[in-house]
Amino acid sequence: MSVQVPRTLDDALKAIAANPSAQLIQGGTDLMVEINFNHRKPTDVIALRRVDELKSTQIDTKNMQITIGAGLPYQMMERGEIAEHVPALAQAARTVGSPQIRSAGTIGGNLGTCSPAGDALPVLSALDATVNLQTQKASRTVSIHDFMIGVKRNARMPGEIIVSTTLPIVSGWQGYAKVGVRNAMVISVASCCLVVDRINGTIAVALGAVGPTIIRCRETESWLAKQIDLRTNPTMPDNLLQEFGSRVANESKPIDDHRSTAAYRRHAVSTLSRRLLLRAHS
Amino acid sequence: MNANTEIYSLTVNGKSHQVKDSWVGESLLYVLRERLGLPGSKGACEQGECGSCTVIMDGDAVCSCLVMAATAIDADIRTVEDLASDGVLTEVQQAFITEGGVQCGFCTPGLVVAIEHLLSKNPEPSEIEIKEAISGNICRCTGYGRIFEAVDKAITVRKVNRT
Amino acid sequence: MSSAVDTSTRRDILGASAIRPDSSAKVQGKFEFSSDLHAENMLWGATLRSPHPYARIIRIDLSAAYKITGVEAIITAEDVPGKKTYGLISSDQPVFAQDYVRYVGEPIAAVAADHPETCRRALAAIKVVYEILEPLTDGDLATLPSTPAIHPDGNVIRRQQIITGDQNLQGEIVVEGTYEIGMQDQAFLGLEAALAIPDSGGKGIEMFVATQWLHEDQKQIAACLDFECENVRLTLGGVGGAFGAREDISLQVHCALLALRTSRPIKMQYGREESFYGHVHRHPAKISIRHHATREGEILRIEARLVFDGGAYASTSSAVLINGITHIQGPYRCPNATIDGYAVRTNNPPCGAMRGFGVVQACFAHESQMDKLAAACGLSPVEIRLRNAMVTGDKLITGQIIESVAPVARCIRETDAIELPEPLAESANQLEFVGGSGLTSLPQNIVRGVGWGVSIKNLMYSETFDDFATARCQLKDGVATLKFATVEVGQGFVVLAPQIARSVLGVDDVVLDTVDTGIGSAGSTSASRQTWMSGGAVDGACRLVRQRLFEHVGKKYNIDPLRLVIEDTDVVDMIGDFRISVVEASSGVLIDETFEHHHRPTEELDENGQGNCHVAFAFVAHRAVVDVDVELGLVKVIQIATAQDVGRVLNPIAALGQIEGGIAQGLGLAVMEEIVLDNGKMRNPSFTDYLLPTALDAPSVVAVMIEEPEPQAPLGAKGIGEPPCISVTPAIAAAIRNATGKELSRVPVRPQDICF
Repeated sequence: MSVQVPRTLDDALKAIAANPSAQLIQGGTDLMVEINFNHRKPTDVIALRRVDELKSTQIDTKNMQITIGAGLPYQMMERGEIAEHVPALAQAARTVGSPQIRSAGTIGGNLGTCSPAGDALPVLSALDATVNLQTQKASRTVSIHDFMIGVKRNARMPGEIIVSTTLPIVSGWQGYAKVGVRNAMVISVASCCLVVDRINGTIAVALGAVGPTIIRCRETESWLAKQIDLRTNPTMPDNLLQEFGSRVANESKPIDDHRSTAAYRRHAVSTLSRRLLLRAHS
Repeated sequence: MNANTEIYSLTVNGKSHQVKDSWVGESLLYVLRERLGLPGSKGACEQGECGSCTVIMDGDAVCSCLVMAATAIDADIRTVEDLASDGVLTEVQQAFITEGGVQCGFCTPGLVVAIEHLLSKNPEPSEIEIKEAISGNICRCTGYGRIFEAVDKAITVRKVNRT
Repeated sequence: MSSAVDTSTRRDILGASAIRPDSSAKVQGKFEFSSDLHAENMLWGATLRSPHPYARIIRIDLSAAYKITGVEAIITAEDVPGKKTYGLISSDQPVFAQDYVRYVGEPIAAVAADHPETCRRALAAIKVVYEILEPLTDGDLATLPSTPAIHPDGNVIRRQQIITGDQNLQGEIVVEGTYEIGMQDQAFLGLEAALAIPDSGGKGIEMFVATQWLHEDQKQIAACLDFECENVRLTLGGVGGAFGAREDISLQVHCALLALRTSRPIKMQYGREESFYGHVHRHPAKISIRHHATREGEILRIEARLVFDGGAYASTSSAVLINGITHIQGPYRCPNATIDGYAVRTNNPPCGAMRGFGVVQACFAHESQMDKLAAACGLSPVEIRLRNAMVTGDKLITGQIIESVAPVARCIRETDAIELPEPLAESANQLEFVGGSGLTSLPQNIVRGVGWGVSIKNLMYSETFDDFATARCQLKDGVATLKFATVEVGQGFVVLAPQIARSVLGVDDVVLDTVDTGIGSAGSTSASRQTWMSGGAVDGACRLVRQRLFEHVGKKYNIDPLRLVIEDTDVVDMIGDFRISVVEASSGVLIDETFEHHHRPTEELDENGQGNCHVAFAFVAHRAVVDVDVELGLVKVIQIATAQDVGRVLNPIAALGQIEGGIAQGLGLAVMEEIVLDNGKMRNPSFTDYLLPTALDAPSVVAVMIEEPEPQAPLGAKGIGEPPCISVTPAIAAAIRNATGKELSRVPVRPQDICF
């Protein structure tokens, strides 16, 4: 049994290579809840909180992309470079839990837990982000869509550490909205991220908490691209917005649970996506 | 000694403490309260949903119930016990007392730590910034009204003391 | 505020915003809650609970648990030496389940071990074989005689009717509705915890408990241990809020039994999930009600059927029902009534006291009805309420005359006079909009609504219950020492009691002795009663001491004691020149008096619900302003304006704190708090999904305290703890109706209730 707190990524990779089934822990905001409630009892733990390489943000202006370290806390995403280049992510970050949770919670944690209610995940999905994984010997990059397999199941293999995520810097409007019953510490009942790419004339709509994993509304996206020219900034007629919303809802797969109903969740994503589309074009 | 135990050191309120015979998976909150004789931080939910366990770790306000204690080695941890010095209360603590910000008192340590943290980064926050900063601290007794008054009072007193 | 804060002196007497004596320790984290207590050589205790809502216990196998190193004791029902059951009204609740479990979470066994983790493993190793039975979860079904009884005492805990006046009268205007109130939880932050230290010899026990009533706990624990009460010595451990959930015992008997079995101190504490299972909740209720009125909106008759779901065990359901049916008319005149009320037993989680105690449920029903009545008569919500507002001297549907001060109309008018908030500005910070940082709503999506709620609430216990309070005052060398068993749960009795002593005796130094069972009962900290009852006891004890002081001074200085008064900090001869400080007057003497304060007797209700069953009443009006995103069904409460009938303000800041805190709880029930049940199982026993209002949910509260001193009350002050949480819930529901046009017959209001 052991608890290791490596200081460098190399040390972390070495540690997990020696013990591929060791429990990785970053901010602890998901994992410690499971431990506190005895749903998980790790015997070996590798804590990543001291690995500074996991907290860096790099902007690649040539390829117009930004790489965010898996260990960067949400509170660091609300402002600065990330807010400037990926405003939807900054918006999503601000809705996470409470200030205390935002000091500790990370995208790496969101990806590691892979809950369909993970606040950052709709943004990563809408932006077709990639997830960068490393072992001691190799590294690989996986599309976010291939990484999120199901409810709390992801494509990380034993021995791998989620190192960062790479997102494109998109020219156009992007926004995020999340529904919950109270005004703070909100577990998502439904959420939506919308990204308009003005250069390519495409739109991306990703939904959270309305399916086993994040839902990309690809059918609606291609339908809309045929209705209007997204490279311009057209006004959105009301009937178009309505149909857009209902198509988005039809692609969602929500369930009834103690937090809400499937019917309400469908209605919520229909409304949120429609409002975001309107905001994108006003 | 159990196979799942760990020995490590934590730096709390400027002092080094050795932790022995602990179980892997014990939260920092548990260790502070049950092993280090620092029961000022409180636990009311074990999920990071109430803020009663708020401590400052490496300059950030975190829920200590969500920190695995054995991973917090080399961190600078500050608890409510660190605020008053030699029995002299801070302006925030004083304001809580005079403005009725304390009823049962269970949320008080976490709130006071969160507010001290806010004011250390932002000495004159707006009303909405205050509310957002303490949105992770649940109070069941006060309805927050007297707490907002206490924060306003502390801000004013500190401003006056600065000039 | 209309009260005069005494600014001429800076003494912390009645009327001053005196500072709580415990707040310095609390802000430093030094105040000891019961969960902070430890003892040398202590073990930890933990409870095994039923996973089923209804089952027969076939077999309990402890053998594997005993094999775990560190386990020192395991106890079940057969290890309870005294009474096997307990309860506040009827002792129908087993200490440990014997043949049946009747709710998810019912205790079956308890273990003592060296570490909480060992306890957890021991509990997991206990094997219980159940025969699972079909649970009864529908309150209406439980009222039927044909439904099989799930307990030997039957499924109807109590049925009570109120039959008043003309049973056939029909009004020109008739409005009706069926209203539902969901299960709210008290959700106090200071989780259950106790420390039990057995006497060597095992014939007595000392316990530190966080409760609402030490002597009631003592009585119940002693009965279960088969001890005399005096051998169960309870000291109050710090209490982190209660709101009714600590009236029933939870871990006390388990903790005591483990201590006596192991001959070692036992610490028990609950986590949040166990806390949800471990205490009673607010009764969910279904109320069908019909108002008959004249065309002008004057209420003539009310018909109502109320069903309160008490869950598996009776707790205080009987009394909650009585409160519900006797308050169903609201603070309005009503000459004729046909009321039928049931408190029933189901396999849902047990319910009992929560701030408001049955009146919260009745108030949602009657206030929703008042708005329907207003609409039917073409009157405004304010007009309909003023038209029917009670006054002192009116007769209730139980036949009781309101003798209390009853400024209902004034509460409504003064609330109405409070300025409405500014409309939402387009340029406001996003966090001010509905949906907050979720960015769901822009100003064009948001509609504002205004709604009203007015309530009446009884104070103290009812139906012949003599819930007296005891206090002792000692005066020596200018220091007054007060002793009482009054439980401080956060409400502020610890600051009020010294204020009383300072006012009556003219001392400044007041010491509070330990709160324990070493003095007579103070009654429960509930029912908005402690200021009146324990305040009355402290006042009575101090007056006795003052009388003895005057006799002593009179004898020493040859003055007739009748001429002496306290003025500021002096004893003064009203007629002559004599003046001496209280410090000097009490130097070298010890005056010691104990006083029991009783309220006037009350009566049981007869079979027609007639009787003077309540002691006194308080009134309050609330006006709520909400912003609603109608399309998404999201709500933000912007302002609560209130005028509350408080009698007399004894400590302005403490009073305001109670009002604001109660409003937050009423807001919670209106829009976010509910234990969601699925066939008897709680779906959300955690703070992730049982949502409490945060700082960003807190509305702006504008409160007016109406002071018309209550002649019956020893200090002129009425209880203020419960009224703030009662009519604020229907006010918010009414405001949402105003914004959306939806009928909303259920609280909490959920987004899907608004947008579909």
